[in-house]
Amino acid sequence: MQDFAEAFRLAFTLVLSGDPDLLEIIGLSLRVSLSAMLISCAFGLAIGATVAVLRFPGRGAVIVLMNSLMGLPPVVVGLVVYLMLSNAGPLGFLQLLYTPTAMIIAQSVLITPIIAALSRQVLEDLYSEYAEQFRSLCVPTHTAIGALLWDARYSLLTVALAGFGRAVAEVGAVIIVGGNIAHLTRVMTTAIALETSKGDLALAMALGMVLLTIAILVNASVMALRSTAARHAYA
Amino acid sequence: MTTTKAGMRFAMALVLAAGISVPAVADDASIIVQSTTSTANSGLYDYMLPIFEKKTGIKVNVVAVGTGQAIKNAQNCDGDVLLVHAKSAEEKFVADGFGLKRSDVMYNDFIIVGPPSDPAKIKGDKSAGDALKKIAGAKANFASRGDNSGTHKAEIKLWKAAGVDIKDSSGQWYRETGSGMGATLNTAVGMGAYALTDRGTWISFKNKGDFEILVEGDKSLFNQYGIMLVNPEKCPNVKAKAGQSFIDWVLSADGQNTIRSFQLDGKQLFFPNAEAEPMQKAG
Repeated sequence: MQDFAEAFRLAFTLVLSGDPDLLEIIGLSLRVSLSAMLISCAFGLAIGATVAVLRFPGRGAVIVLMNSLMGLPPVVVGLVVYLMLSNAGPLGFLQLLYTPTAMIIAQSVLITPIIAALSRQVLEDLYSEYAEQFRSLCVPTHTAIGALLWDARYSLLTVALAGFGRAVAEVGAVIIVGGNIAHLTRVMTTAIALETSKGDLALAMALGMVLLTIAILVNASVMALRSTAARHAYA
Repeated sequence: MTTTKAGMRFAMALVLAAGISVPAVADDASIIVQSTTSTANSGLYDYMLPIFEKKTGIKVNVVAVGTGQAIKNAQNCDGDVLLVHAKSAEEKFVADGFGLKRSDVMYNDFIIVGPPSDPAKIKGDKSAGDALKKIAGAKANFASRGDNSGTHKAEIKLWKAAGVDIKDSSGQWYRETGSGMGATLNTAVGMGAYALTDRGTWISFKNKGDFEILVEGDKSLFNQYGIMLVNPEKCPNVKAKAGQSFIDWVLSADGQNTIRSFQLDGKQLFFPNAEAEPMQKAG
């Protein structure tokens, strides 16, 4: 229990003092995970929408695969991306290993299935409502997809946040491809892992609390954005 | 149709934002050092690297993993300099052509830590081998790294020298955590197990609980660190010049003094023992 009390005290001190190292780590965490979320949305929503609207042979298998990939272990993703980006790997010439870009790639690979699978479900439910109308108006597929994405935008925001949550919380992938290098690729989760390994459990816990607070702030601002947008739409 | 356009715009914005946030490739005046958790966790790099960076303008990025993984990463050409502690593995690394000349940098020593109740009664033993034999005899819990790191390799060697076959006891009293030094110490403290650790990590470790150093000072507990450049012929991406200037500095009188002056809680953690060139001996 002593560690918890110490962690609370440390978390407050850290945040209030505006420690530049901490701010740097928080900034990189947000940059990496938000970038990964945006990239994954671009790919994941496209995949999710396509699978939701189109009917093709093997579609069931594709959905099973997408849903299963939601459970990809981060450390496996990290390993695969490491082997690709390593100088001994096929993409070594890009010189991306141990950079924030590598971390963005790894997290994008990790959460694209989540966004694709969840958005597929959301869009398919909406599509079953709209399908008859689309057919009667002879709406082309790409127009239908556009309309679905737009009308489901608030639900899709939650899908995106689920992806962000997974990205910002994982440590297994970024520690392998980023290397947890101080002032270069150290993010909140790798810093927590490092402090734990140094036996500084109170500081690790304090960083965990800070990470949770950031996640709450991100989610709250998205909620605020959403309700403002909704008010404008129905005003 | 407006909905489609809005959707497209949304998608475009996503792609644009994602594109912008991807940072530029790291600049040339930086090198990657593949190293061990024991050196990084102790804070040595935080102390000595700013001094080197100020002198040369070369940024040193340290990837701290177990020695086994560090060597593997360097074999994949994912690093410019290797600074680890497993002499025979390092010599093999050089002999296989992956690295250039290996030099001694510094040493510290391993210690055996354990709970004050000391179930195997090893406290104060002068011989690490005797202590390990007693632990095996008493079937007292022992937490091993089990991760092919430098410390793990040293531990295996000690068991072998003590004539104890640990394979049969794995999962019983001999527990391989498969993690870094710190994580293994956390586990050891948690289950009241003995553990072998380097002194640097132990001094800087914050979650000691009531654990204490039980065995120290045996010659077989000597822990030598070596440094070498990754072979630019095998790995054309190696920044040989910047990497070599880091190695030269670490081995110079200035670098060695920096290592010597690094203290934690008033204790010196690493003892420099690079073979000084005649010119530098005076300093």
